[in-house]
Amino acid sequence: MGTPNISSHPPLLTRLRRHLAQWGTHPDGRKHPAAGTTVTPVPLPPQLRLPLSQHIGAPARPVVQAGDRVLRGQLLAEAQGNISAPIHAPTSGLITGIGEVPIPHPSGLGAPAILLEPDGLDEGVSLTETDPFSLTPAEIARRVAAAGVVGMGGATFPAAVKLSLGRNNPIPTLILNGGECEPYLSCDDRLMQERPGEVVDGALIIARAVGARQILIGVESNKPEAIAALRETARVHPEIRVEAVPSRYPMGSEKQLIAWLTGREVPSEGRSADVGVVVQNVGTAAAIHRAIRFGEPLTRRIVTVAGGAIRTPRNLEVRIGTPVSALIEFCGGFTQPPARLVMGGPMMGLAIHSTDIPVIKGSGGLLALTAAETAQSDAEAACIRCGSCVNACPIGLLPLEMAARIRAGDLAASADIGLKDCIACGTCSFVCPSRIPLVQYFNHAKGELASRERNRMKQAAIRELVEARSARMEREAREKAEAAARRKAERERAKAEAAARAQEEHTA
Amino acid sequence: MSTVFASPHAHGARPVGQVMLLVMLALLPATLNGFWRFGWPAILLWITTLLSCLLAEALCRRLAGQPVRSALADGSAALTGWLLAMSLPPWAPWWIGAVGGAFAIIVCKHAFGGLGQNLFNPAMAARVMLLISFPVEMTRWIAPRPLGSDGAPGFASALDITFGAGVPDGLSSASVLDHIKIEAARGVDIAQSLGDSFEPVMASLGDRAGSLGETGALLLAAGGIFLIARRVIGARIPLAFLLGVAVPAACANLLAPQAYLPPMAHLLTGGVMLGAFFIATDYVTSPSTPLGQWIFGAGCGLLTWIIRTWGAYPEGIAFAILLMNAATPLIDHYTRPRIFGRRRDGRSLAPQER
Repeated sequence: MGTPNISSHPPLLTRLRRHLAQWGTHPDGRKHPAAGTTVTPVPLPPQLRLPLSQHIGAPARPVVQAGDRVLRGQLLAEAQGNISAPIHAPTSGLITGIGEVPIPHPSGLGAPAILLEPDGLDEGVSLTETDPFSLTPAEIARRVAAAGVVGMGGATFPAAVKLSLGRNNPIPTLILNGGECEPYLSCDDRLMQERPGEVVDGALIIARAVGARQILIGVESNKPEAIAALRETARVHPEIRVEAVPSRYPMGSEKQLIAWLTGREVPSEGRSADVGVVVQNVGTAAAIHRAIRFGEPLTRRIVTVAGGAIRTPRNLEVRIGTPVSALIEFCGGFTQPPARLVMGGPMMGLAIHSTDIPVIKGSGGLLALTAAETAQSDAEAACIRCGSCVNACPIGLLPLEMAARIRAGDLAASADIGLKDCIACGTCSFVCPSRIPLVQYFNHAKGELASRERNRMKQAAIRELVEARSARMEREAREKAEAAARRKAERERAKAEAAARAQEEHTA
Repeated sequence: MSTVFASPHAHGARPVGQVMLLVMLALLPATLNGFWRFGWPAILLWITTLLSCLLAEALCRRLAGQPVRSALADGSAALTGWLLAMSLPPWAPWWIGAVGGAFAIIVCKHAFGGLGQNLFNPAMAARVMLLISFPVEMTRWIAPRPLGSDGAPGFASALDITFGAGVPDGLSSASVLDHIKIEAARGVDIAQSLGDSFEPVMASLGDRAGSLGETGALLLAAGGIFLIARRVIGARIPLAFLLGVAVPAACANLLAPQAYLPPMAHLLTGGVMLGAFFIATDYVTSPSTPLGQWIFGAGCGLLTWIIRTWGAYPEGIAFAILLMNAATPLIDHYTRPRIFGRRRDGRSLAPQER
């Protein structure tokens, strides 16, 4: 397989396919006014809360204890296992303990976090600058892992894992995801506009790590300033192409973006490397740039604070661990009590119930939505089989049929018609005129099926143990009985022999 | 503990009631044209049919213990009644509309489980029931007598036509398709019988005998195109329907013009436009997969042409749509779209070499 054709005039077939692709939806962008504001740092809060699990994979293990004084950039918790990420101090200060704090998680439960009281000096550990292109690919991946960089688009998958994919077999194409197709969010947009150099340099570093020969940066067409800034910066790098992709949800989904840019479909049971592509978010690229060039670990990120209930929506540069209450306060507070607080975008974000929840590595947005924006008063009605969800599903599933089966309690049947392939983007729920929470059905069914599978495996393991035990007991009983029988036979024989001898003696 | 809200936290579709309103808006020009051409009796019949549907809906919802007011607000019952009225002979007696409306809602919709659950399009099922049970009333066509023109019944005589004595003797007339069928049975050449009963432009504006709402073919088509433009309905079913009628008609007509109607006569007479844009596109009773919609539309069109050409009935829209309704679950089952990253047989795509 060669490199995909990335000229500005793709082949007719690709253009035709793009034109016929009707999936997705066009939600109201609502990017402004936040998208027009420059990124501003938020002052340090009185306490930073750093959850040990801010990434996919095993939670980090603390290496500091209460009473320690730490410097900015110092390691606080180390990665555990291959899929994990370390956590560093966002500023200098005192570790006051490790405790349960509310975190952004669907369960609404708390999780352990390192508590750091900033001392206001913001003293950093000394960092060394490195020329990334003097490093081997393996060393780049190692340093990115050590800096705690995870996918900044929200997936929070440890970035270094993807960088190691090209170790044995180079991956020809790197795609940077600048889609940002969620409404309201503009953190990536601002990053690309204000710091295109960081994004482009990060892209070159990732390309070196995975062995990519070409770099595609896909940006939705509703961000012309970002596209222009990146093109200007990337002009001296012929291997980089900045491509405008249509503003359509979920264009920022990895598989959809790959298909649009390269015409290749990631296999359902495979990953993007299977079609010769690795995808990283633009924010991740900038973080990698800082981690490699300056040795700076990931301790801050850009967060869009927006929504109808926020007084001055804007983009903020936030130290990880800052409670969202500090962000809301910095943006002038609420104009009205919000109907819903959401961390992330409105399509896939998480509703949160407390403003004590800290910003973590994957938090791209904080939305305070009014009742009108969420349309939450509308009750679910009957499915009229209009097929809107079928036309909108980016994966080609039949959400209405899947939901009907789940409603009937037949989860296995819904899995048979594609539940496993659902990417939970929520487009089906968004376009449903009857307001049926389709994606919620699917998430529920996926969770239920997974737990059944776990149960089944547990049951199988238990059965195996029980069977092994009863087999062992049977064998032992049999052996005991055999031994007893042997002994008995022995005794009988001895007795018989004795009797025979007595007889002999008697007769003799 | 506050309520758990699941994503998405925004919403972007028009509610069901608004969808139904848009469909009614699209029906309005053809309906008003029907009112004007067929006068007061048509208006009275339309009102009766609609009221019957709304009453039946309210009754069913009440029996099911559901709130009645919100049920009527979604507009689906009114739309069913409206579509049924459009397909009735305009001077039919009131009880045709009343019985048909009640049958559509009670038997064809709620007996199946209510909104979204019915297998057959309620309006078409009711029309077929009426046609089979009351063939005389259901085939008594009237030549248009526009409101205010000579010979048009006034309000008082309209009351008598709809609620009393019925259509006065000597006023009935044959629809184009009826006429052709009868003439063909007498052995008259198609081209000749068509020539003296059919004038395309006037006919497509509704100046012909026929059902209340289906005669204004061009107005119906305009309403349908409006619905497609507003993305209320897709283009696949109507397009496939029209092609399904026109293509076989054109082929047959080319081969034997004396025995088969030309495609334009098929498209502009009877209920093709009403069927293609407003009835076959009923969400509930049509397939939801893209390929399925093409098959469904083409099947409706082809069956219509077959029934019109060789069947005992001069018109076949209702039968064709009901037959395809019955096939819809099967079509949906066999035309599931290919899943992204999988082959058509459901297996995952193979990784590409690099």
